[in-house]
Amino acid sequence: MQYITLDTETDFAGWRKAARHLVLHHVQPTDVTWTVQGGEAELFAPPAPSPLPEVSDGTFTVSAKFVELAQAAILHRDGERFAILYRLLWRLKDHHDLIEVATDPDVAQVIAMARAVHRDEHKMHAFVRFREIGRERAAHYVAWFEPEHHIVELAAPFFAKRFADMPWSILTPDLCAHWDGHALTFTPGVSKNEAPGEDRLEETWRRYYASIFNPARLKVKAMQTEMPKKYWRNLPEASIIKPLIEDAERMTGAMIANAATDPHKPQKRPEAPMTRKIATDDLEALREEATHCRACPLYKDATQTVFGEGPKNATIMLVGEQPGDKEDLAGHPFVGPAGQMLDRALAEAGVDRKTVYVTNAVKHFKFVPRGKIRLHQKPATPEIKACRQWYEREVSAIQPELIVAMGATAAQSVFGKITPVGKTRGRLIDLPDGRKALVTVHPSYLLRLPDPEARALEYQRFVEELKIAAGLLKKAPRAA
Amino acid sequence: MDVQRKLEILADAAKYDASCASSGTEKRDSSDGKGMGSTAPGMGICHSYAPDGRCISLLKVLLTNACNYDCLYCVNRASSNVPRARFTVDELVKLTLDFYRRNYIEGLFLSSGIIRNPDYTMEQVVGVARKLREEHHFRGYIHLKTIPEADDALIAEAGKYADRLSINIEMPDETSLQKFAPEKDLRAIRRTMGRLRLKLDEAEEGRAAKTKTKPQRFAPAGQSTQMIVGADSASDHTILHTSANLYGSYRLRRVYYSAFSPIPDASRALPLRPPPLLREHRLYQADWLMRFYGFDVAEIVDDSAMLPLDIDPKLAWALRHRDRFPLDVNRASREELLRVPGFGTKAVERIIATRRTTTIRLSDLARLHVPRNKALPFIVLSDHRPSSHRLDEARLIERFKPKATQLGFGF
Repeated sequence: MQYITLDTETDFAGWRKAARHLVLHHVQPTDVTWTVQGGEAELFAPPAPSPLPEVSDGTFTVSAKFVELAQAAILHRDGERFAILYRLLWRLKDHHDLIEVATDPDVAQVIAMARAVHRDEHKMHAFVRFREIGRERAAHYVAWFEPEHHIVELAAPFFAKRFADMPWSILTPDLCAHWDGHALTFTPGVSKNEAPGEDRLEETWRRYYASIFNPARLKVKAMQTEMPKKYWRNLPEASIIKPLIEDAERMTGAMIANAATDPHKPQKRPEAPMTRKIATDDLEALREEATHCRACPLYKDATQTVFGEGPKNATIMLVGEQPGDKEDLAGHPFVGPAGQMLDRALAEAGVDRKTVYVTNAVKHFKFVPRGKIRLHQKPATPEIKACRQWYEREVSAIQPELIVAMGATAAQSVFGKITPVGKTRGRLIDLPDGRKALVTVHPSYLLRLPDPEARALEYQRFVEELKIAAGLLKKAPRAA
Repeated sequence: MDVQRKLEILADAAKYDASCASSGTEKRDSSDGKGMGSTAPGMGICHSYAPDGRCISLLKVLLTNACNYDCLYCVNRASSNVPRARFTVDELVKLTLDFYRRNYIEGLFLSSGIIRNPDYTMEQVVGVARKLREEHHFRGYIHLKTIPEADDALIAEAGKYADRLSINIEMPDETSLQKFAPEKDLRAIRRTMGRLRLKLDEAEEGRAAKTKTKPQRFAPAGQSTQMIVGADSASDHTILHTSANLYGSYRLRRVYYSAFSPIPDASRALPLRPPPLLREHRLYQADWLMRFYGFDVAEIVDDSAMLPLDIDPKLAWALRHRDRFPLDVNRASREELLRVPGFGTKAVERIIATRRTTTIRLSDLARLHVPRNKALPFIVLSDHRPSSHRLDEARLIERFKPKATQLGFGF
């Protein structure tokens, strides 16, 4: 039998060194007894354990996950933890994957211990309550806490980083932690009498606790699951939990009984908090009117109407399909990836985007949500038809000479009927009202082409077609 | 009026906002010796729990409960007779720091009634955060309520100081909002959420780009919202459809569901009795199914329907799709395992890691933290196969319904 005595309850380094040594000497887990210096078990250990001879040549590795678990589990108050960890280590050396087997009893137990330690650490971070000694600049903050496991050293750095600018002490029966603004120190545990009994802010805190509580939704069990009673004796707010619960039913009953009231005095309030802009000209009036459009159901799920933008005397009007994700959020047409593609192509074709009016056939974004993204949906004919009034009114407000329809949806809106892009693209077409129309592809079509070569070709063609528009712009430079 | 009395009024006015999270933000502390505070980036910290079961993480108050608006469900509506109060910036800053120093809170969640106009109100709210961050170098968590239609520069400044921003959508559809909150404008709320998302995306892209110029910080814990459940007649389907839309459109971190609760001094237009709290719980479960379990709204609940109250939505789904079961736990894909009643995301990960090395048996379920009774009819293990008539029997649902018990709470 090997007797190992560790320096402290939290002596991970000592355990690791001893365990390593034992494994290399092939000492069976059943042949080791673990004790802690000064601990009760040590009394029964033989006075002089026979030391094992040093071995230097052997080596073995364990997964980082085991080390991480062991570092936490060793802080558990269960006296068997050193032995359980050694047993698991012993089994792991020939069976590395064992640590992933959550159904193995040893693995499950070590995971449970590590989890209990981390929970205790988390609860210490949450439930420590500092009490002020002295005032203002000379103040020292002292807390009393009773951890379930040996977690003071584990939990203390959190407080040092959080309350770096104030001197504090956390007193516990096991160990006390102190911070002086520069360094953490630890001293032996003390009794509760050493800690201050009150703080000037505790009454204010209790008032807050009582006021934030909603008596109409009592869920005492939910509270106790997260804040077990064992912590209550050191929480200043806990003293009012019982009276609050006792009073809750009466308060809720009173709220329901006196439910409806009329105001004592009518309040003066501004008439319309959301002031609406007064339209300055036709296009502005249209834009404003369109923000309230409900001609089809697309408005329901979209953020806003995305109306056309550009000079009101533009010669060229570009019509796209519908706003995309980014356009819907920003409220402006062609600001997303397709917009960037369009800007580039326009520039190459010699058209300044600022001189053209850019709009969409459908003014609301149609999509289906898929988790964190929105999948674009092609607008259906009823939606295109419902929205066509805005296109028509934009045309009569702007009076462009050329309308460029980008993609099938735009072409359908411009010609008033389903118009295949492939057969009509790239040439000027006379519209019944005397304007010219030009059909080309939608820039997002270019973005979707998977083959880079095809994309480059199609892009060139798109630019060439925009050049037809540019040619017209040179002949009739109306946009100033 | 002393600060303590103001605190009572303004905390009471804020308690109907369910959000109290202090999670999901950047890592931050005060170890540089300047100022005070830190964040707990992973899960956040709940410093206390009230007897309503809700976590108390942040000092949750209004700056003022005076309000221009007359939202019927709200305790602070203009026509309510509640006492009114207003913190000065200094009072609230001092209270936050005093509470924080004693480790009562993770930080501040500040909202406000709408006074004068949106910009004025937003400026007041931002003013508190500015003072905490700039003058006191406070590194704790700050959640600010964003006022719809507030000026872009104010929103940018709010995002610079806050960890999280939120705008409450309040009602699941526009008709209800018009009825219950006539001055609120759903379009304005959505436009502002859209603006927040663009700024959040920009800040995130800036962080990912690792350029030398530091990107403008903007609310690293993102944005969230809240919907009131049970004040109007909206179905659970409508509510979840709205949630799915909001998650997809504005990348919300959370949608909170707040069961309408009786308030002191209620309006006549409200239902007198609250909806069952269980409905709120079922909505959260359904929300989780959408976000972490790969379910679509349409799979969880039929058009215009309600979630069952007696069993959870995943179990209800499984009972409607019995043909997909039983599933072999040792072979099924992750997506399939996530649909087994009683299997949580963590249990599924443990199962997948474990079955690489060994076979999962009946006796292992407890160590995998799987509730045995719930899962057994739906799964096959190396030493378990549910009897074939079991899954077909109409009475299967009875096995899961809660037993009738005497009402009351143990204490």
